[in-house]
Amino acid sequence: MKTLLQKIGVGAALALVSGLVWAQARYNLQQPQTEVARQIYDLHTIILVICLVIFVGVFGMMFYSVIRHRKSVGHQAVQFHENTTVEIIWTVVPFFILIGMAWPATKSLLEMKDTSSPDLTVKVTGYQWKWSYEYLKGEGDLSGVADGVMFYSTLATPHDQIYGSAAKGENYLLEVDNPLVVPVDKKVRVLITANDVLHAWWMPAFGVKQDAVPGFIRDTWFRVEKAGTYRGQCAELCGKEHGFMPIVVVVLEQKEFADWAAKQKTASAAGGAQTDAAAGAAGQTAK
Amino acid sequence: MSAVIGHEHEHEHDHAHGHDHYPGGLLRWVKTTNHKDIGTMYLWFSFVMFLTGGFMAMVIRAELFVPGMQVVSPEVFNQMTTLHGLIMVFGAIMPAFVGFANWLIPMQIGAPDMAFPRMNNWSFWLLPPAALLLMLSLFVPGGAPGVGWTMYAPLTVQQGMGMDLTIFAVHILGMSSIMGSINIITTILNLRAPGMTLMKMPLFVWTWLITAYLLIAVMPVLAGAVTMTLTDRHFGTHFFNAAGGGDPVLFQHIFWFFGHPEVYIIAIPAFGVVSQVIPAFSRKPLFGYTSMVYATTSIAILSFVVWAHHMYTTGLPTTAQLYYMYATMLIAVPTGVKVFNWVATMWKGSLTFETPMLFAIGFLFLFTIGGFSGLVLAIVPVDIQLQDTYYVVAHFHYVMVAGALFSAFAGIYFWLPKWTGKMYDETLGKWHFWLSMIFFNMIFFVQHFLGLAGMPRRIPDYAPQFTDFNMISSIGAFGFGLSQLLFLYVVLKCIRSGEKAPQKPWEGADSLEWTHLPTPAPYHSFETPPTVK
Amino acid sequence: MNRAAANRTILIKLLVVAVGMFGFGYSLVPLYQKICEVTGIYDVEKASAAPANSQVDESRLVTLEFDANIRSDLPWQFRPLQTSVKVHPGQLVQVMYEVHNRSDQAVAGQAIPSYGPQVAGQYFRKLDCFCFSTQTFAAGEVRQMPVVFVIERGLPRDVNTVTLSYTFFRVEGAAPNAARPRGGRSAAG
Repeated sequence: MKTLLQKIGVGAALALVSGLVWAQARYNLQQPQTEVARQIYDLHTIILVICLVIFVGVFGMMFYSVIRHRKSVGHQAVQFHENTTVEIIWTVVPFFILIGMAWPATKSLLEMKDTSSPDLTVKVTGYQWKWSYEYLKGEGDLSGVADGVMFYSTLATPHDQIYGSAAKGENYLLEVDNPLVVPVDKKVRVLITANDVLHAWWMPAFGVKQDAVPGFIRDTWFRVEKAGTYRGQCAELCGKEHGFMPIVVVVLEQKEFADWAAKQKTASAAGGAQTDAAAGAAGQTAK
Repeated sequence: MSAVIGHEHEHEHDHAHGHDHYPGGLLRWVKTTNHKDIGTMYLWFSFVMFLTGGFMAMVIRAELFVPGMQVVSPEVFNQMTTLHGLIMVFGAIMPAFVGFANWLIPMQIGAPDMAFPRMNNWSFWLLPPAALLLMLSLFVPGGAPGVGWTMYAPLTVQQGMGMDLTIFAVHILGMSSIMGSINIITTILNLRAPGMTLMKMPLFVWTWLITAYLLIAVMPVLAGAVTMTLTDRHFGTHFFNAAGGGDPVLFQHIFWFFGHPEVYIIAIPAFGVVSQVIPAFSRKPLFGYTSMVYATTSIAILSFVVWAHHMYTTGLPTTAQLYYMYATMLIAVPTGVKVFNWVATMWKGSLTFETPMLFAIGFLFLFTIGGFSGLVLAIVPVDIQLQDTYYVVAHFHYVMVAGALFSAFAGIYFWLPKWTGKMYDETLGKWHFWLSMIFFNMIFFVQHFLGLAGMPRRIPDYAPQFTDFNMISSIGAFGFGLSQLLFLYVVLKCIRSGEKAPQKPWEGADSLEWTHLPTPAPYHSFETPPTVK
Repeated sequence: MNRAAANRTILIKLLVVAVGMFGFGYSLVPLYQKICEVTGIYDVEKASAAPANSQVDESRLVTLEFDANIRSDLPWQFRPLQTSVKVHPGQLVQVMYEVHNRSDQAVAGQAIPSYGPQVAGQYFRKLDCFCFSTQTFAAGEVRQMPVVFVIERGLPRDVNTVTLSYTFFRVEGAAPNAARPRGGRSAAG
């Protein structure tokens, strides 16, 4: 039988924890879902703390000065204006602090650039104003599973929600008709390009952002640790609907992914002409 | 020290040059070659542009107040963001500091005017037509370009004729800046009073010498980039089109080769103003004058070799990303030196906090925040998350608004007595400072969180989880905008009916315009140069 | 020298600098291509001489993937006939791409290559490629075209998956199979 005090205590603790979690969600990077995203998150925290310490130190001194070295409390100006030793110290010390920051940053960057030995390769193409996903190649137990599957992924939020005549849905502006589906815990290499102007494919929870440059491919990769649905957005101004071409990635367990892929293949065998028609329609998309 | 400006000497001059007979009214302003007149015109022009660009910011923040599209269409929203950026950078903040340069450089070095007074007139008068072209682009078919002030290809190739008007405006603005910079360098190198060596110049003059070199080096590169865009649009070239063997990323390299030094072109004169104001109100000299000169020079030189930190997500080779990361982080060292030197100037001074000093301290505090967010962005892995988000928007507004704009306010309050002979209303000035300070942070501090949480920039609508911070930001924007109208009132009230200013209203001010010239400064000053010891 | 002459000297010097910087801006175009070439993130759209060291490196296999893109104003279907092969560095490889012109008129296009990761581009030696010249297809024509290449042994060991991608762009009114007109050079960096 819990006492009232215990109940209040538990309630307060829960509120505090959820408040902190909620606060984290609002004030910091999104919850990392890949090792790369986690490294970025930690790197940002370290740098932020270092900056805060320096900031408090320097402006602590400035505010001390503001309070104690005022004419109105009778402080007389001490006429010094040089001190070579101090100048050398505050040139050299920041330099070493920067080296300390650069070291882990370099390590993370090298990892982020390593696209070798992927389990699955997907081609992502940015259009005005949607994405297309084409599964190029699986390796190992993904071999042949989804190869050749291709579809467009367009914003699914209805026009009247945007223009105010309907209430906004739960995933307003971050929902699509056909999300990218990938298996969990597999290294997915994405080849990114664009059909018209610059776009950028950005998944905050994965720590992945890559510009889509028309006429060129760029590659990057991610390995998601937990199944779920993750949302991102286009991150390069691409015209009037730049804010309306989100990215949704559904991460499934291996077996569910294989089932999904099989269904896609049957569907596209049936409606094979449909993707070509869609491609033709894409050519007519207004600029 | 002697300055030979007696009253009767001035009257002789007036008669000799027929100043009693110079055209009054509008024609005076059209034909003037006087650096004070031209400085005044630059400052008023920049204020009008500031209000215009500010109006566009209000449209942007009104649309972003809540999710959904309520105020403008997405195309018009993109036009607002583009024009807001172009107008604020090229129409407001740069001309404001050129206005300071015109007013102060001759007086601070003991020269009678700029080296090329007629070219000075042209430099100014190119600006209103350029501004008109930019505004006109809103009304042509297709409207203004919706490409962001960074004008990336190939989006620019798709735009209507508003893009061409903008390109011409940029060309004209560039010519104005280049002519102005040639004038400034020549003036500083050749017209200093005897005894005023380079290392005796006020730091404000040093900062303009350095900035002018930067301008001459990079404005032509911007001209090249937009000309390439123009020919890609109309004359069959394919600089930025892969189909013809070009590359969209090439535009970004050329643009940012200009663009990164450009932000220092904006910041360095701001450093100069603050370096005059803080010592004056601390009643002691600037700490470490020599290292301030070296630090500013290093910042300027380094600014040439870091441009691709704006391009980390374009797919640069790994080695390049590492190099740019290290080089960009390096700029923190001389910048830190400057911040420490300003604090050391205040340390053990005899401080008073009139409005100029308030804005200078506000600059110090907030510019440093902007510097730290810049350091965060310099780190490539972190930048991958933050590039093209509101974190970047927060960063550059901290350095350019809380940085450059607050420094400009500090300068205006500081020098208004010298320019007009009257004191501004100190109480209202302080109100302007505190309102600006509070509302500025309301707008932009929360934008750091928006960027971290995943809100991209240049979008007219957003997912509901970003609502509360957007609301706060928009409310702050309206407050900040209204506070600038208070500033207009303070300036007009000062000019019309301000209290007569003493010869030296600021006890600690020690540059030539304060020590050797009456208040207000006469129309012609230092016709005979002073001898500086 | 007198004041006016001194001023004019500086004016002229600075004007020369300004004009020079404008030229520098334009010179960034070929400079960019040169730098990409030298650092290897770049493909020369002409046939390479046969690679100096033609020994096959049996100790490693590189997975090559093939990708095809069409700009939306091209009424073609464009695809690689194989999606991937595994090859040894040094081994001569030929792959086929196929274009089907689905419109009712002759259309010309130019293929632009791109590599992922970009660094692999400098190790691709192409001996024959449809990307070397503009390709014209008659109405309804289906044609297969080869790419013959060798991956140089110098490919870094930590790169074991490479994608070769082509994007076909429409060319207005080009003569059939003409050599590509000189323009800017493409680069992937």
